[in-house]
Amino acid sequence: MGTVPRGSLGRGWVGRHDDYDTAVTDTALIDPDVLERVLTTALAGGGAMAEVFAEDTVTGGATLDDGRIEELSSGRSRGAGIRVVEGETTGFAHTADLSEAGLLAAARAAAAVAREGGPGVRTVALGPLDNHGPGGRTPPESVDKARKLELLTRADEAARGAGGSVTQVMAGCGDSRRRVLIANSEGLLVQDDQIRTRFNVTCVANGDTGMQTGYDALARTEGFEIFERSRVEDIARLAAERALVKLAARPAPSGEVPIVLAGGSGGILFHEACGHGLEADHIVKDASVYTGRVGELVASPLVTLVDDGTVLGEWGYFAVDDEGCPPARNVLIENGVLTDYMWDWLRARKEGRKSSGNGRRQSYQHLPMVRMTNTYLLAGTEDPDEIVAQTPSGVYVKKLGGGQVNTATGDFVFGTSEAYLIENGRITEPLRDANLIGNGPEVLRRIDAVATDFDMTPGTCGKDGQSVPVGCGQATLRISGVTLGGTA
Amino acid sequence: MSDDLLELAHAVVAQARPGEGMEVYVARGTETEVRAYEGAVESLTSADSSGVGVRVLVESPAGEGTQAGFAWAGSLDPTVIAAALADARDNARFATPDPNVALAEPDGVTAVELDLWDEGVASTPMEEKIALALELERATRAADTRVRQVSSADYSDSRTEVALASTTGISSTRRRTTAFLAVDAIAGEGDETQTGTGFTVGRGPSGLVPHEAMDDAVRRATRMLGARKVQSSHCTVVFDPRVVSTLLGVVATALSGEAVVKGRSFFAGRIGESVAAAAVTLVDDPTDERAFTASSYDGEGLASRRNVLIADGRLRMFVYDTVSARRAGTASTGSAVRGGFAGTPSAGCRALVLAPGAKSQEEILATVGDGFYVQSVTGVHSGVNPVSGDFSVGAEGLLIEGGALGRPVREVTVASTLQRMLQSVVEIGGDLRWLPGVAAGQTLAVADMALSGD
Repeated sequence: MGTVPRGSLGRGWVGRHDDYDTAVTDTALIDPDVLERVLTTALAGGGAMAEVFAEDTVTGGATLDDGRIEELSSGRSRGAGIRVVEGETTGFAHTADLSEAGLLAAARAAAAVAREGGPGVRTVALGPLDNHGPGGRTPPESVDKARKLELLTRADEAARGAGGSVTQVMAGCGDSRRRVLIANSEGLLVQDDQIRTRFNVTCVANGDTGMQTGYDALARTEGFEIFERSRVEDIARLAAERALVKLAARPAPSGEVPIVLAGGSGGILFHEACGHGLEADHIVKDASVYTGRVGELVASPLVTLVDDGTVLGEWGYFAVDDEGCPPARNVLIENGVLTDYMWDWLRARKEGRKSSGNGRRQSYQHLPMVRMTNTYLLAGTEDPDEIVAQTPSGVYVKKLGGGQVNTATGDFVFGTSEAYLIENGRITEPLRDANLIGNGPEVLRRIDAVATDFDMTPGTCGKDGQSVPVGCGQATLRISGVTLGGTA
Repeated sequence: MSDDLLELAHAVVAQARPGEGMEVYVARGTETEVRAYEGAVESLTSADSSGVGVRVLVESPAGEGTQAGFAWAGSLDPTVIAAALADARDNARFATPDPNVALAEPDGVTAVELDLWDEGVASTPMEEKIALALELERATRAADTRVRQVSSADYSDSRTEVALASTTGISSTRRRTTAFLAVDAIAGEGDETQTGTGFTVGRGPSGLVPHEAMDDAVRRATRMLGARKVQSSHCTVVFDPRVVSTLLGVVATALSGEAVVKGRSFFAGRIGESVAAAAVTLVDDPTDERAFTASSYDGEGLASRRNVLIADGRLRMFVYDTVSARRAGTASTGSAVRGGFAGTPSAGCRALVLAPGAKSQEEILATVGDGFYVQSVTGVHSGVNPVSGDFSVGAEGLLIEGGALGRPVREVTVASTLQRMLQSVVEIGGDLRWLPGVAAGQTLAVADMALSGD
């Protein structure tokens, strides 16, 4: 997963929107009568379940680079993916043709795997439409393009104003409105309207030791109103300062060192150290180091880890997942003890339980699988400054980059994008970027301090070729020893 | 055939208004994916997709330059294309006018005809494709008693056709098929688990060598059993061909003329200088039919050509698309890349090959004597910075002891800078492998890297 760090911006991650003023339409993306016929056709040759996932997504984006606003981009992706599950086999087909003929053709293609014969003719009847309104107050199409571009210009000026050594600025903004409909042969008919807005800045600074880069971003499952609370100038300056500070950076140490991760530095530690390993698709295949360990102590007692798709407005938030299941606050690890995994429809069915609301897919062209939503460590009780003060020597990571994990072995890496030496309990010299490497359960056991300064960061999580937006959160914490991959 | 696509592209271009520049990219594809698990089909995906990308260029009203706008849609429906065209036109009004913004113009270079289409992708019955995945899964499970799980065994193929037309006279079509078999093996002994991935690629099912995928996955997983962290040190690192392909893909970012003109490449200003060991000759050649990414035309419809980027360690040139070339005061090198119909062109390497040496991997290990053989790396996106050149990746592999592979090592990192690594190349293997991705790979030895462990 490559995270998109956000800094200390965009608070208010818990709370509710009670001020939606965008009208909720009660029309379904596809006529329910058509859906019933398509699902009936999909099960004509047998099959335990058939599902239509329809999507109409409109995206917009613009980049300012090298002082110029480059070509704006608008995109439209509209289509449906149909799956038929028979025994342990899933048949899947997708089409951009949302006419009844197009959907029926896709249904027959998806059903090809289930032609062994089944229970005979089975008519599907859908329940009433469960329609979720737009998850944002100011949808992208209601905002003038010129207003969005003004944000880019302001960011460029702010970044260049941070110091003469800032030689290049790239600022990007993007938004999407994703309308999805999920209907299945169990009678489910649900619709969601997901609005997402992001803003990111990358700066290059040039000094005697070469070039360095700095990055910061804001991303939320909301509309243009996110810019009422967060200033693009702050994002730009943070990105510029990250690049500038590294001009004087020395090579990072090589070998095992104590690490203090700043609050909101990108809770990607947990995303990689255990998040992926707790996804049930890895578990049911015995391809995770956490398989069969529910009830066991797998982390320091300071660790209570939650995956929570209900955190309104957060980057991994939605009203229903991509299988039509509402999100939930799922406690994965409680006081160090593994309590549960994350589930989608298919893997939950195998175990005779319910989905935990973690079935997600990149688009209608993809099959759903178990994915994280907003994954965070509950805050602790210590003072963040005290944690640093009580660390005689080590490395302070103010911002993390991305990471990667092998779920079967538990080995994972995560990169620093702003880090400093800790000497005698004080944060001192900046360090050049490096990866940290560790083994999930081992690193989780070595967490020996958690502070109160909780914050979330947005990221993009990649798995099996599919990208989905996720959130990561954590307060300042210390790991007593991790291998840092520097050169010094 | 792609003729109907080209006709469609021209029909859209014909709607350009007087004084308006327009480029239309039309694509159509078909894909199949079979995943086998425990002797059965876990999932079977079949899909057709198509889409269009439209770029509109207009002169700014005050004459300061050209403005470009882009829009795409995942459909070839006429009303959807009309909407994309209108969006692209509207978007153009907002771009900063720039005299260097322009569409590609035919430059007289003749496209090399390449045979990248295997009818077998379409004609092979689904049952045979399913059988390939099932057999790969079965054989991998049976290959070694220590293989305790095969988490996925996938067959996939695709057919892609692209047509590109513009008001500047660009008119090109290209098409390509690929077939792919991949398997993930999990080996175990006692409490320990190790993993290995193997794959084989071809233009069609008949070009696949399933036992190569199986052997690779099983060997990589089983030889890692017993792996430990080691003490930190500085040593010579020998990279597996697959890792080298990944690393060249990162170096490619810094060789993009766009990165250079925008001040984001550590190679900027170094043309003619020694940037690598004398043995290093790096060529970007999408006209080589063996390359996975081979193509007769680039992403702007110009003929692909062979570009020698580094010759005998000296930096010779960067790769350019039309706009970055104009900014740099030079001509396109036929190196526009784009992410399908939803992407706009940018400058990038397309099919990199490091000129192979003469030695086999065994001979290189014998020459190196002592060091670390890296079989796979992680965190390339988080630990390698193509602007600064800082390089730090997670690694697993085997120690090189007495000139041969020794005990397995995990949970370590290898680090340096890309600049220093290029200068420190001590051996380039003759074992060139054509791999999926932007670069081929062979065994490569780099001296004096930091290995971080305990």
